[in-house]
Amino acid sequence: MTDAAVATFSLTKRFKRQTAVDSIDLVVPRGSVYGFLGPNGSGKTTTIRMLLGLVQPTSGRSELLGNPIPARARQTLPLVGALVEGPAFHPYLSGRANLERLDAADRDVDPRTAHMRIHAALDRVGLLAAAGKRYRAYSLGMRQRLAIAASLLSPRELLILDEPTNGLDPQGTREVRHLITSLAGDGATVLVSSHLLAEVEQMCTHLGVMHVGKLVAQGTIEAVRSTTRRVAGVETDRPQDAARVLTGLGLTDVKVEGHRAFATLGAVPVEKIVPALVHDGVPVLGFTVQAPSLEDMFVSLTGEGFDVSG
Amino acid sequence: MSAVDVAAATIPIGPTRRTRISSRFLRSELRIIFGRRRNQAGLAVLAVVPIIIAIAVRATVRRRGGGPDFFAAITGNGLFVALAALTIELTLFLPLAVAAIAGDAIAGEANLGTLRYLLTIPVGRTRLLAVKFLAITIFSFLATLLVTIVGAVMGLLLFGGGNMTLLSGSQISLSAGIARLLLTTVYLAAGFAALGAVGLFVSTLTEQPIAAMIAVVILNVAMFILDSLPQLDWLHPWLLTHWWTSFGDLFRDPIAWSGPVRGLLTAAGYALVFWLAAWARLGSKDITS
Repeated sequence: MTDAAVATFSLTKRFKRQTAVDSIDLVVPRGSVYGFLGPNGSGKTTTIRMLLGLVQPTSGRSELLGNPIPARARQTLPLVGALVEGPAFHPYLSGRANLERLDAADRDVDPRTAHMRIHAALDRVGLLAAAGKRYRAYSLGMRQRLAIAASLLSPRELLILDEPTNGLDPQGTREVRHLITSLAGDGATVLVSSHLLAEVEQMCTHLGVMHVGKLVAQGTIEAVRSTTRRVAGVETDRPQDAARVLTGLGLTDVKVEGHRAFATLGAVPVEKIVPALVHDGVPVLGFTVQAPSLEDMFVSLTGEGFDVSG
Repeated sequence: MSAVDVAAATIPIGPTRRTRISSRFLRSELRIIFGRRRNQAGLAVLAVVPIIIAIAVRATVRRRGGGPDFFAAITGNGLFVALAALTIELTLFLPLAVAAIAGDAIAGEANLGTLRYLLTIPVGRTRLLAVKFLAITIFSFLATLLVTIVGAVMGLLLFGGGNMTLLSGSQISLSAGIARLLLTTVYLAAGFAALGAVGLFVSTLTEQPIAAMIAVVILNVAMFILDSLPQLDWLHPWLLTHWWTSFGDLFRDPIAWSGPVRGLLTAAGYALVFWLAAWARLGSKDITS
């Protein structure tokens, strides 16, 4: 038992030839908005399927809300809303009828409140106007909204949303981001997988990065960021001298470009640099420390990452 | 989330959990089956057969003013239209209709992707298979009953309903005839439901509902073919379809129960074995659809 909303312990899934998920230890603290990042094919969706009891792990185990899965899935999943690998509904039923269908299959809800809950869920994703239309006539964005509505049919403590903004227009993307933030504000924990880094950066408190089946980084956004290199830059009319000072302090990858000297900070305390420069008589016209963007970090963790992983 | 919020969130869940058996999911399942145009068209085809039989025989009788015994039997009592329609449809039409529903049961949901959402609600896999099989069984009964009712109504309208002459030559009243007709309907529907259990199992093996349906139809036809080979007579009692035509024994005087009872036991055996096979298969399957 752990207090985390989601915890996995050496969770592993091998399909016939490849290891899709390789001994990962996911920890999603309660109340966090956890961004689950990784290139296509890195094992995010397989992990999510294991969390929900759809796929049996080859080894390792997982817990949702402190309960082992799949052993206590029956008791736990009613408190978990899920969007897994895109929306899926009956094409010849309306959006509302599809939600009624899902609600009818749920033994833990009160049928008397079904109409009200379905109405509220449709309203929350802005789909009320199209609720009576057949699902097959929905655009991808509307389908995505319906899938999110389905995960909100009853009160949830945990939401597992796999690529929730896939196919949404910028307006819709922003709405979903606000929705996730407001759900988190209500006290729910949100695990959201994505490959859209800007999106994750704007709404997540925590981060996990998958790469070829392995969890290569995990923690608060700040903590994950600080594991990657920060670069100090000095603007001066004597860049060569500045470079020598930086090297002397123990910074690495020292480069000179025009009136600037750059170096990777490493373990050197930031506050020691400027005094050292001044002490050696180097005029400091400007000093910057650049944390890498999330995108730089992502690329440094997963390789270039445009090609799908194995 | 504070303890108060957690309690508030679980209040609507607590009192209803495991306290009642709800038919809500089953009713939703039936709405999907009977609301689908493909299935409505299939039922319409099933209903057209007795209408064609009734009209064709009526027209023939008028022209010739008599005819062979079979026609004479129909003209004597309209209920025979229903029996003739059931006899014609039990080889292909009715099994096909049941195969379409059963093949769709799991494979259809997997194909749409709705299976993963049902399972994460969560609908337990055992409960899912129970509800699906119940829906298949109800469909089997209603489809068979549809043929019976349309046949009986058309027959009674066109040929009237006097006493019914049985195969053994003795006569029974119209109401006794209707009772035996309903018994026949239940008997045949049980056989189709057992075929539906086979379909449910096949449906757990694939994500293509059409493939599952075709497989069931092929199995059905194969059983009829094997049943027609005298060299394989040792196998015949074990074939599900072998017993379907035994409904004729219900129209003897007195009713010859041994065939129909053996038929029901065979149907129950098929249903149990294949439902369990479906359960074993789906229970351990990774849902990657």
